[in-house]
Amino acid sequence: MSAYLISLLAILERETLRFIGQRGRFVAALVRPLVWLLVFAAGFRAALGLSITPPYETYITYEVYIVPGLCGMIQLFNGMQTSLSLVYDREMGSMRLLLSSPLPRWWLLLSKLMAGVAISIFQVYAFLAIAAVFGIVLPWEGYLLVLPALVISGLTLGALGLALSSIIRQLENFAGVMNFVIFPMFFLSSALYPLWRMAESSELLHDICAVNPFTHAVELIRFALYAQVNFMALFWTALALAVFMALALWGYDPARGFMRRKG
Amino acid sequence: MTESAAGGLALSGVSYAYGSKSALDDVSFSVDRGRFCALLGPNGAGKSTLFALMTRLFVGRSGSIRIAGIDLAANPRSALARIGVVFQQPTLDLELTVQRNLTYFAALHGLTGKDAARRIDASLQRLDMGERAKERVRELNGGHRRRTEIARMLIHDPEVVLLDEPTVGLDAASRKAITGHVHRLCRDDGLTVLWATHLVDEVEAGDQLVVLHQGRVLADAGAGEVAGDRPLAEAFLAMTAATPA
Repeated sequence: MSAYLISLLAILERETLRFIGQRGRFVAALVRPLVWLLVFAAGFRAALGLSITPPYETYITYEVYIVPGLCGMIQLFNGMQTSLSLVYDREMGSMRLLLSSPLPRWWLLLSKLMAGVAISIFQVYAFLAIAAVFGIVLPWEGYLLVLPALVISGLTLGALGLALSSIIRQLENFAGVMNFVIFPMFFLSSALYPLWRMAESSELLHDICAVNPFTHAVELIRFALYAQVNFMALFWTALALAVFMALALWGYDPARGFMRRKG
Repeated sequence: MTESAAGGLALSGVSYAYGSKSALDDVSFSVDRGRFCALLGPNGAGKSTLFALMTRLFVGRSGSIRIAGIDLAANPRSALARIGVVFQQPTLDLELTVQRNLTYFAALHGLTGKDAARRIDASLQRLDMGERAKERVRELNGGHRRRTEIARMLIHDPEVVLLDEPTVGLDAASRKAITGHVHRLCRDDGLTVLWATHLVDEVEAGDQLVVLHQGRVLADAGAGEVAGDRPLAEAFLAMTAATPA
Protein backbone atom coordinates (compact mmCIF):
# COMPACT_ATOMS: atom_id res chain seq x y z
CA MET A 1 0.00 0.00 0.00
CA SER A 2 1.36 3.42 -0.86
CA ALA A 3 2.22 5.99 1.81
CA TYR A 4 -0.52 8.20 0.36
CA LEU A 5 -3.23 5.62 0.90
CA ILE A 6 -1.92 4.64 4.33
CA SER A 7 -2.04 8.25 5.50
CA LEU A 8 -5.50 8.80 4.02
CA LEU A 9 -6.89 5.76 5.83
CA ALA A 10 -5.24 6.84 9.08
CA ILE A 11 -6.70 10.34 8.86
CA LEU A 12 -10.11 8.87 8.00
CA GLU A 13 -9.92 6.52 11.00
CA ARG A 14 -8.88 9.33 13.33
CA GLU A 15 -11.69 11.62 12.20
CA THR A 16 -14.21 8.77 12.47
CA LEU A 17 -13.07 7.93 16.00
CA ARG A 18 -13.30 11.58 16.91
CA PHE A 19 -16.83 11.76 15.43
CA ILE A 20 -17.92 8.64 17.31
CA GLY A 21 -16.48 10.12 20.49
CA GLN A 22 -18.54 13.27 20.01
CA ARG A 23 -22.03 11.80 20.19
CA GLY A 24 -23.51 15.24 20.76
CA ARG A 25 -22.20 16.31 17.35
CA PHE A 26 -24.01 13.45 15.61
CA VAL A 27 -27.24 14.09 17.48
CA ALA A 28 -27.05 17.81 16.68
CA ALA A 29 -26.32 17.04 13.03
CA LEU A 30 -29.54 15.00 12.86
CA VAL A 31 -31.79 17.05 15.10
CA ARG A 32 -31.10 20.30 13.26
CA PRO A 33 -32.49 19.22 9.84
CA LEU A 34 -35.23 17.15 11.47
CA VAL A 35 -36.53 20.22 13.28
CA TRP A 36 -36.67 22.02 9.96
CA LEU A 37 -38.36 19.06 8.30
CA LEU A 38 -40.91 18.20 10.96
CA VAL A 39 -41.64 21.59 12.51
CA PHE A 40 -40.71 24.38 10.15
CA ALA A 41 -41.94 22.62 7.02
CA ALA A 42 -45.24 21.66 8.68
CA GLY A 43 -45.91 25.31 9.44
CA PHE A 44 -44.87 26.52 6.01
CA ARG A 45 -46.70 23.88 4.01
CA ALA A 46 -49.90 25.91 3.81
CA ALA A 47 -48.21 29.26 3.30
CA LEU A 48 -45.89 28.32 0.46
CA GLY A 49 -47.34 27.08 -2.81
CA LEU A 50 -45.01 25.17 -5.13
CA SER A 51 -45.46 24.77 -8.86
CA ILE A 52 -44.18 21.81 -10.80
CA THR A 53 -40.55 22.49 -11.71
CA PRO A 54 -37.77 20.06 -12.62
CA PRO A 55 -36.79 17.58 -11.33
CA TYR A 56 -40.31 17.17 -9.92
CA GLU A 57 -42.92 15.77 -12.29
CA THR A 58 -45.90 16.29 -10.06
CA TYR A 59 -47.01 18.49 -7.20
CA ILE A 60 -44.95 17.91 -4.10
CA THR A 61 -45.37 18.87 -0.49
CA TYR A 62 -43.07 21.42 1.09
CA GLU A 63 -41.43 18.69 3.19
CA VAL A 64 -40.36 16.92 0.04
CA TYR A 65 -39.04 20.17 -1.43
CA ILE A 66 -36.72 20.99 1.44
CA VAL A 67 -35.15 17.54 1.86
CA PRO A 68 -32.26 18.24 -0.60
CA GLY A 69 -31.66 21.62 1.04
CA LEU A 70 -31.45 19.95 4.42
CA CYS A 71 -28.99 17.39 3.04
CA GLY A 72 -26.90 20.38 1.91
CA MET A 73 -27.37 21.99 5.31
CA ILE A 74 -25.91 18.90 7.00
CA GLN A 75 -22.88 19.10 4.73
CA LEU A 76 -22.54 22.85 5.21
CA PHE A 77 -22.53 22.50 8.99
CA ASN A 78 -20.18 19.54 8.77
CA GLY A 79 -17.79 21.53 6.58
CA MET A 80 -17.78 24.27 9.19
CA GLN A 81 -17.36 21.70 11.96
CA THR A 82 -14.30 20.35 10.15
CA SER A 83 -13.04 23.90 9.89
CA LEU A 84 -13.61 24.39 13.61
CA SER A 85 -11.71 21.20 14.39
CA LEU A 86 -8.82 22.40 12.22
CA VAL A 87 -8.63 25.68 14.12
CA TYR A 88 -8.75 23.64 17.33
CA ASP A 89 -6.04 21.29 16.01
CA ARG A 90 -3.89 24.27 15.20
CA GLU A 91 -4.33 25.82 18.62
CA MET A 92 -3.72 22.46 20.29
CA GLY A 93 -0.69 21.69 18.14
CA SER A 94 -1.76 18.47 16.42
CA MET A 95 -1.88 20.28 13.08
CA ARG A 96 1.89 20.72 13.42
CA LEU A 97 2.31 16.98 13.62
CA LEU A 98 0.25 16.45 10.50
CA LEU A 99 1.90 19.15 8.42
CA SER A 100 5.46 18.21 9.38
CA SER A 101 5.03 14.66 8.12
CA PRO A 102 6.88 13.77 4.90
CA LEU A 103 3.89 13.89 2.56
CA PRO A 104 2.85 16.74 0.29
CA ARG A 105 0.78 19.29 2.13
CA TRP A 106 -1.96 19.27 -0.53
CA TRP A 107 -2.43 15.56 0.00
CA LEU A 108 -2.65 15.91 3.79
CA LEU A 109 -5.26 18.66 3.46
CA LEU A 110 -7.19 16.70 0.84
CA SER A 111 -7.16 13.66 3.14
CA LYS A 112 -8.59 15.77 5.97
CA LEU A 113 -11.21 17.05 3.57
CA MET A 114 -12.15 13.58 2.33
CA ALA A 115 -12.47 12.29 5.88
CA GLY A 116 -14.87 15.14 6.66
CA VAL A 117 -16.89 14.40 3.52
CA ALA A 118 -17.20 10.72 4.43
CA ILE A 119 -18.62 11.69 7.82
CA SER A 120 -21.03 14.18 6.28
CA ILE A 121 -22.33 11.56 3.83
CA PHE A 122 -22.97 9.17 6.70
CA GLN A 123 -24.97 11.90 8.43
CA VAL A 124 -26.98 12.64 5.27
CA TYR A 125 -27.94 9.00 4.81
CA ALA A 126 -28.94 8.76 8.47
CA PHE A 127 -31.16 11.83 7.93
CA LEU A 128 -32.69 10.38 4.74
CA ALA A 129 -33.45 7.15 6.60
CA ILE A 130 -35.25 9.03 9.38
CA ALA A 131 -37.10 11.14 6.79
CA ALA A 132 -38.24 7.90 5.13
CA VAL A 133 -39.59 6.71 8.47
CA PHE A 134 -41.70 9.87 8.55
CA GLY A 135 -43.06 9.09 5.09
CA ILE A 136 -40.76 11.16 2.89
CA VAL A 137 -39.62 8.45 0.54
CA LEU A 138 -37.60 9.23 -2.59
CA PRO A 139 -37.09 7.09 -5.72
CA TRP A 140 -34.86 4.16 -4.76
CA GLU A 141 -32.32 4.93 -7.49
CA GLY A 142 -32.07 8.46 -6.08
CA TYR A 143 -30.60 7.06 -2.87
CA LEU A 144 -27.75 5.56 -4.90
CA LEU A 145 -27.21 8.30 -7.43
CA VAL A 146 -27.11 11.03 -4.82
CA LEU A 147 -23.84 9.58 -3.52
CA PRO A 148 -21.54 11.13 -6.18
CA ALA A 149 -23.44 14.41 -5.86
CA LEU A 150 -22.89 14.35 -2.09
CA VAL A 151 -19.19 13.71 -2.64
CA ILE A 152 -18.87 16.79 -4.86
CA SER A 153 -21.05 19.04 -2.70
CA GLY A 154 -19.32 17.76 0.45
CA LEU A 155 -15.89 18.46 -1.01
CA THR A 156 -16.98 21.96 -2.01
CA LEU A 157 -18.42 22.87 1.37
CA GLY A 158 -15.53 21.16 3.17
CA ALA A 159 -13.00 23.07 1.05
CA LEU A 160 -14.78 26.29 2.03
CA GLY A 161 -14.34 25.28 5.68
CA LEU A 162 -10.69 24.47 5.04
CA ALA A 163 -10.10 27.85 3.44
CA LEU A 164 -11.83 29.59 6.34
CA SER A 165 -9.77 27.66 8.89
CA SER A 166 -6.59 29.03 7.34
CA ILE A 167 -7.90 32.56 7.85
CA ILE A 168 -9.44 32.26 11.30
CA ARG A 169 -6.81 32.81 13.95
CA GLN A 170 -8.61 31.73 17.08
CA LEU A 171 -11.51 29.57 18.14
CA GLU A 172 -13.24 32.66 19.55
CA ASN A 173 -13.51 34.11 16.07
CA PHE A 174 -15.46 31.13 14.89
CA ALA A 175 -18.80 32.49 16.07
CA GLY A 176 -18.48 35.06 13.29
CA VAL A 177 -18.43 32.25 10.77
CA MET A 178 -21.91 31.24 11.86
CA ASN A 179 -23.27 34.73 11.29
CA PHE A 180 -21.37 35.65 8.17
CA VAL A 181 -21.01 32.35 6.32
CA ILE A 182 -23.43 29.61 7.36
CA PHE A 183 -26.61 31.62 7.79
CA PRO A 184 -26.27 33.80 4.66
CA MET A 185 -25.29 30.79 2.56
CA PHE A 186 -28.22 28.76 3.79
CA PHE A 187 -30.95 31.41 3.68
CA LEU A 188 -29.77 32.99 0.42
CA SER A 189 -30.12 29.75 -1.48
CA SER A 190 -32.73 27.48 -3.00
CA ALA A 191 -32.65 25.24 0.09
CA LEU A 192 -35.87 26.58 1.62
CA TYR A 193 -37.66 28.17 -1.31
CA PRO A 194 -37.37 27.95 -5.09
CA LEU A 195 -35.50 30.77 -6.78
CA TRP A 196 -38.55 31.85 -8.80
CA ARG A 197 -40.30 32.48 -5.49
CA MET A 198 -37.42 34.66 -4.38
CA ALA A 199 -37.56 36.59 -7.68
CA GLU A 200 -41.17 37.54 -6.97
CA SER A 201 -40.01 39.29 -3.80
CA SER A 202 -36.71 40.79 -4.93
CA GLU A 203 -34.68 40.49 -8.10
CA LEU A 204 -31.53 41.41 -6.18
CA LEU A 205 -32.03 38.63 -3.63
CA HIS A 206 -32.76 36.24 -6.48
CA ASP A 207 -29.49 37.19 -8.17
CA ILE A 208 -27.55 36.73 -4.95
CA CYS A 209 -29.13 33.31 -4.47
CA ALA A 210 -28.29 32.39 -8.06
CA VAL A 211 -24.56 33.01 -7.59
CA ASN A 212 -24.41 31.36 -4.16
CA PRO A 213 -22.41 28.12 -4.56
CA PHE A 214 -24.61 26.53 -1.91
CA THR A 215 -27.64 26.96 -4.22
CA HIS A 216 -25.86 24.93 -6.89
CA ALA A 217 -24.76 22.28 -4.41
CA VAL A 218 -28.38 21.92 -3.26
CA GLU A 219 -29.67 21.73 -6.83
CA LEU A 220 -27.05 19.11 -7.66
CA ILE A 221 -28.31 17.03 -4.74
CA ARG A 222 -31.97 17.70 -5.60
CA PHE A 223 -31.66 16.44 -9.17
CA ALA A 224 -29.48 13.48 -8.14
CA LEU A 225 -32.13 12.40 -5.63
CA TYR A 226 -34.46 12.03 -8.61
CA ALA A 227 -31.82 10.23 -10.69
CA GLN A 228 -31.08 13.26 -12.87
CA VAL A 229 -27.99 15.35 -13.47
CA ASN A 230 -28.18 19.13 -13.37
CA PHE A 231 -25.11 19.93 -15.45
CA MET A 232 -25.26 23.63 -14.72
CA ALA A 233 -25.27 22.96 -10.96
CA LEU A 234 -22.48 20.41 -11.42
CA PHE A 235 -20.35 22.93 -13.29
CA TRP A 236 -20.80 25.73 -10.73
CA THR A 237 -20.29 23.42 -7.77
CA ALA A 238 -17.10 22.00 -9.30
CA LEU A 239 -15.88 25.52 -10.06
CA ALA A 240 -16.55 26.59 -6.46
CA LEU A 241 -14.65 23.49 -5.28
CA ALA A 242 -11.63 24.47 -7.39
CA VAL A 243 -11.70 28.05 -6.08
CA PHE A 244 -12.14 27.07 -2.40
CA MET A 245 -9.45 24.40 -2.63
CA ALA A 246 -7.02 26.84 -4.24
CA LEU A 247 -7.76 29.32 -1.45
CA ALA A 248 -7.19 26.64 1.20
CA LEU A 249 -3.86 25.58 -0.33
CA TRP A 250 -2.82 29.20 -0.52
CA GLY A 251 -3.83 29.76 3.09
CA TYR A 252 -1.87 26.72 4.27
CA ASP A 253 1.20 27.46 2.14
CA PRO A 254 4.15 27.41 4.58
CA ALA A 255 5.68 30.40 2.81
CA ARG A 256 2.56 32.52 3.36
CA GLY A 257 -0.31 32.09 5.72
CA PHE A 258 -1.38 29.70 8.43
CA MET A 259 0.98 29.33 11.37
CA ARG A 260 3.27 32.07 10.23
CA ARG A 261 0.99 34.59 11.86
CA LYS A 262 0.86 32.56 15.04
CA GLY A 263 4.57 32.96 15.71
CA MET B 1 30.62 22.03 7.98
CA THR B 2 32.54 19.11 9.45
CA GLU B 3 32.50 15.64 7.91
CA SER B 4 30.17 14.28 10.58
CA ALA B 5 27.88 17.33 10.55
CA ALA B 6 27.00 16.26 7.01
CA GLY B 7 25.09 13.40 8.61
CA GLY B 8 23.73 15.55 11.45
CA LEU B 9 22.18 18.98 11.35
CA ALA B 10 23.55 22.10 9.69
CA LEU B 11 22.07 25.58 9.53
CA SER B 12 23.66 28.34 7.56
CA GLY B 13 22.65 32.01 7.42
CA VAL B 14 19.05 31.38 8.52
CA SER B 15 17.04 34.56 8.99
CA TYR B 16 13.31 35.04 9.49
CA ALA B 17 10.99 37.96 10.20
CA TYR B 18 7.33 38.34 11.12
CA GLY B 19 6.50 41.33 9.00
CA SER B 20 9.06 43.96 9.93
CA LYS B 21 9.98 42.25 13.22
CA SER B 22 13.09 40.13 12.94
CA ALA B 23 12.88 36.78 14.77
CA LEU B 24 16.08 35.16 13.54
CA ASP B 25 19.13 36.94 12.23
CA ASP B 26 21.77 35.02 10.30
CA VAL B 27 21.68 31.90 12.48
CA SER B 28 24.40 29.39 11.64
CA PHE B 29 25.54 26.34 13.54
CA SER B 30 25.97 22.62 12.96
CA VAL B 31 25.53 19.55 15.12
CA ASP B 32 27.67 16.52 14.39
CA ARG B 33 26.04 13.15 13.91
CA GLY B 34 25.40 11.45 17.25
CA ARG B 35 25.87 14.64 19.28
CA PHE B 36 23.52 16.18 21.85
CA CYS B 37 23.20 19.91 21.28
CA ALA B 38 21.32 22.11 23.70
CA LEU B 39 19.81 25.22 22.15
CA LEU B 40 19.67 27.50 25.13
CA GLY B 41 17.81 30.76 25.03
CA PRO B 42 15.41 32.83 27.11
CA ASN B 43 11.73 33.05 26.15
CA GLY B 44 11.31 34.88 22.87
CA ALA B 45 14.86 34.11 21.71
CA GLY B 46 13.56 32.60 18.45
CA LYS B 47 13.85 28.90 19.36
CA SER B 48 10.31 27.97 18.32
CA THR B 49 10.62 29.91 15.07
CA LEU B 50 13.80 27.98 14.34
CA PHE B 51 11.95 24.71 15.02
CA ALA B 52 9.09 25.76 12.73
CA LEU B 53 11.63 26.38 9.97
CA MET B 54 13.42 23.06 10.56
CA THR B 55 10.10 21.18 10.40
CA ARG B 56 8.94 23.21 7.40
CA LEU B 57 5.89 24.64 9.09
CA PHE B 58 7.36 27.91 7.85
CA VAL B 59 9.51 28.41 4.81
CA GLY B 60 12.23 31.00 5.16
CA ARG B 61 13.57 33.13 2.36
CA SER B 62 17.20 33.13 3.36
CA GLY B 63 19.74 30.60 4.55
CA SER B 64 19.87 26.84 4.26
CA ILE B 65 18.98 23.92 6.53
CA ARG B 66 20.45 20.47 5.98
CA ILE B 67 19.04 17.46 7.78
CA ALA B 68 21.26 14.37 7.71
CA GLY B 69 23.00 15.91 4.72
CA ILE B 70 19.77 16.63 2.83
CA ASP B 71 18.79 20.16 1.87
CA LEU B 72 15.37 20.81 3.39
CA ALA B 73 14.38 23.35 0.74
CA ALA B 74 15.41 21.16 -2.20
CA ASN B 75 14.14 17.81 -0.87
CA PRO B 76 11.61 18.56 1.87
CA ARG B 77 9.96 15.12 1.94
CA SER B 78 13.23 13.26 2.11
CA ALA B 79 14.56 15.58 4.82
CA LEU B 80 11.35 15.47 6.90
CA ALA B 81 11.38 11.65 6.77
CA ARG B 82 14.67 11.75 8.69
CA ILE B 83 13.45 14.04 11.46
CA GLY B 84 11.76 13.13 14.72
CA VAL B 85 10.07 16.04 16.49
CA VAL B 86 8.61 16.84 19.87
CA PHE B 87 6.91 20.20 19.69
CA GLN B 88 6.60 22.53 22.65
CA GLN B 89 2.81 22.24 22.48
CA PRO B 90 1.52 18.73 23.21
CA THR B 91 0.32 17.12 19.99
CA LEU B 92 -1.33 13.95 21.28
CA ASP B 93 -5.02 13.23 20.85
CA LEU B 94 -6.19 13.00 24.46
CA GLU B 95 -9.21 10.83 23.66
CA LEU B 96 -7.21 8.12 21.90
CA THR B 97 -5.02 5.48 23.50
CA VAL B 98 -1.24 5.72 23.43
CA GLN B 99 -1.18 2.92 20.85
CA ARG B 100 -3.68 4.63 18.55
CA ASN B 101 -1.83 7.91 18.73
CA LEU B 102 1.37 6.18 17.69
CA THR B 103 -0.36 4.16 14.98
CA TYR B 104 -1.71 7.39 13.51
CA PHE B 105 1.75 8.93 13.48
CA ALA B 106 3.30 5.79 11.94
CA ALA B 107 0.74 5.97 9.12
CA LEU B 108 1.70 9.58 8.41
CA HIS B 109 5.16 8.18 7.75
CA GLY B 110 3.81 5.43 5.51
CA LEU B 111 4.14 2.67 8.12
CA THR B 112 1.32 0.24 8.73
CA GLY B 113 0.45 -3.31 9.79
CA LYS B 114 2.90 -5.57 11.59
CA ASP B 115 5.87 -3.40 10.79
CA ALA B 116 4.24 -0.38 12.45
CA ALA B 117 3.09 -2.47 15.43
CA ARG B 118 6.60 -3.85 15.97
CA ARG B 119 8.18 -0.40 15.77
CA ILE B 120 5.59 1.10 18.13
CA ASP B 121 6.12 -1.67 20.64
CA ALA B 122 9.92 -1.29 20.49
CA SER B 123 9.67 2.46 20.79
CA LEU B 124 7.40 2.31 23.84
CA GLN B 125 9.65 -0.27 25.48
CA ARG B 126 12.65 2.03 25.03
CA LEU B 127 10.84 4.72 27.00
CA ASP B 128 9.47 2.27 29.60
CA MET B 129 5.97 2.97 28.37
CA GLY B 130 5.10 -0.53 27.11
CA GLU B 131 2.54 -1.17 29.83
CA ARG B 132 0.66 2.02 29.08
CA ALA B 133 0.01 1.32 25.40
CA LYS B 134 -3.70 0.70 25.93
CA GLU B 135 -4.30 3.67 28.21
CA ARG B 136 -6.06 6.79 27.01
CA VAL B 137 -3.67 9.73 26.84
CA ARG B 138 -6.04 11.80 28.98
CA GLU B 139 -5.36 9.39 31.85
CA LEU B 140 -1.56 9.85 31.69
CA ASN B 141 0.35 12.40 33.74
CA GLY B 142 2.42 15.13 32.08
CA GLY B 143 5.68 13.18 32.25
CA HIS B 144 4.19 10.08 30.64
CA ARG B 145 2.56 12.14 27.92
CA ARG B 146 5.95 13.61 27.05
CA ARG B 147 7.53 10.17 27.08
CA THR B 148 4.78 9.02 24.71
CA GLU B 149 5.69 11.87 22.37
CA ILE B 150 9.37 10.95 22.55
CA ALA B 151 8.51 7.31 21.83
CA ARG B 152 6.42 8.50 18.90
CA MET B 153 9.25 10.54 17.38
CA LEU B 154 11.42 7.40 17.25
CA ILE B 155 9.00 5.10 15.39
CA HIS B 156 10.32 5.84 11.90
CA ASP B 157 14.02 5.61 12.93
CA PRO B 158 14.92 9.27 12.46
CA GLU B 159 18.54 10.33 12.23
CA VAL B 160 17.98 13.78 13.72
CA VAL B 161 15.58 14.53 16.57
CA LEU B 162 14.35 17.98 17.51
CA LEU B 163 12.79 18.65 20.90
CA ASP B 164 11.34 22.08 21.59
CA GLU B 165 11.29 22.68 25.35
CA PRO B 166 9.95 19.17 25.98
CA THR B 167 10.04 19.51 29.78
CA VAL B 168 7.85 22.60 30.03
CA GLY B 169 5.29 22.21 32.82
CA LEU B 170 6.83 19.04 34.27
CA ASP B 171 8.01 18.51 37.82
CA ALA B 172 11.73 18.23 38.62
CA ALA B 173 11.78 14.42 38.74
CA SER B 174 10.03 14.06 35.37
CA ARG B 175 12.31 16.66 33.84
CA LYS B 176 15.38 14.81 35.04
CA ALA B 177 14.06 11.47 33.81
CA ILE B 178 13.22 12.78 30.35
CA THR B 179 16.48 14.67 29.96
CA GLY B 180 18.34 11.50 30.99
CA HIS B 181 16.35 9.34 28.53
CA VAL B 182 17.20 11.55 25.58
CA HIS B 183 20.86 11.78 26.52
CA ARG B 184 20.95 7.96 26.62
CA LEU B 185 19.26 7.76 23.19
CA CYS B 186 21.96 10.01 21.84
CA ARG B 187 24.77 7.96 23.42
CA ASP B 188 23.39 4.48 22.74
CA ASP B 189 21.73 4.92 19.34
CA GLY B 190 23.86 7.62 17.77
CA LEU B 191 20.94 10.01 17.33
CA THR B 192 21.67 13.65 16.58
CA VAL B 193 19.71 15.68 19.12
CA LEU B 194 18.77 19.35 19.15
CA TRP B 195 17.18 20.13 22.51
CA ALA B 196 15.72 23.61 22.92
CA THR B 197 15.42 24.85 26.48
CA HIS B 198 15.66 27.89 28.67
CA LEU B 199 16.70 25.82 31.70
CA VAL B 200 20.45 25.50 32.19
CA ASP B 201 20.18 22.47 34.48
CA GLU B 202 19.11 20.37 31.48
CA VAL B 203 22.51 20.85 29.85
CA GLU B 204 25.27 18.33 30.65
CA ALA B 205 28.94 19.29 30.68
CA GLY B 206 29.73 17.22 27.58
CA ASP B 207 26.90 18.63 25.46
CA GLN B 208 27.36 21.03 22.62
CA LEU B 209 25.75 24.34 23.56
CA VAL B 210 24.31 26.97 21.24
CA VAL B 211 23.11 30.11 23.01
CA LEU B 212 20.39 31.95 21.11
CA HIS B 213 19.28 35.40 22.18
CA GLN B 214 17.12 37.90 20.30
CA GLY B 215 17.37 35.77 17.20
CA ARG B 216 21.17 35.65 17.16
CA VAL B 217 23.72 32.99 18.08
CA LEU B 218 25.79 34.32 21.00
CA ALA B 219 27.83 31.18 21.60
CA ASP B 220 28.43 27.82 19.94
CA ALA B 221 30.85 25.51 21.77
CA GLY B 222 31.02 22.76 24.37
CA ALA B 223 28.91 23.51 27.46
CA GLY B 224 32.01 23.46 29.69
CA GLU B 225 33.78 25.84 27.37
CA VAL B 226 30.88 28.31 27.35
CA ALA B 227 30.60 28.19 31.15
CA GLY B 228 34.34 28.67 31.71
CA ASP B 229 35.17 28.76 35.40
CA ARG B 230 31.64 29.92 36.38
CA PRO B 231 28.45 27.94 36.78
CA LEU B 232 26.66 27.73 33.43
CA ALA B 233 23.61 29.58 34.78
CA GLU B 234 25.80 32.54 35.70
CA ALA B 235 27.58 32.59 32.36
CA PHE B 236 24.23 32.36 30.51
CA LEU B 237 22.72 35.23 32.50
CA ALA B 238 25.79 37.38 31.98
CA MET B 239 25.74 36.66 28.26
CA THR B 240 22.06 37.45 27.74
CA ALA B 241 22.05 40.43 30.08
CA ALA B 242 24.99 41.93 28.18
CA THR B 243 22.80 42.16 25.08
CA PRO B 244 20.11 44.74 25.81
CA ALA B 245 16.56 43.91 24.68
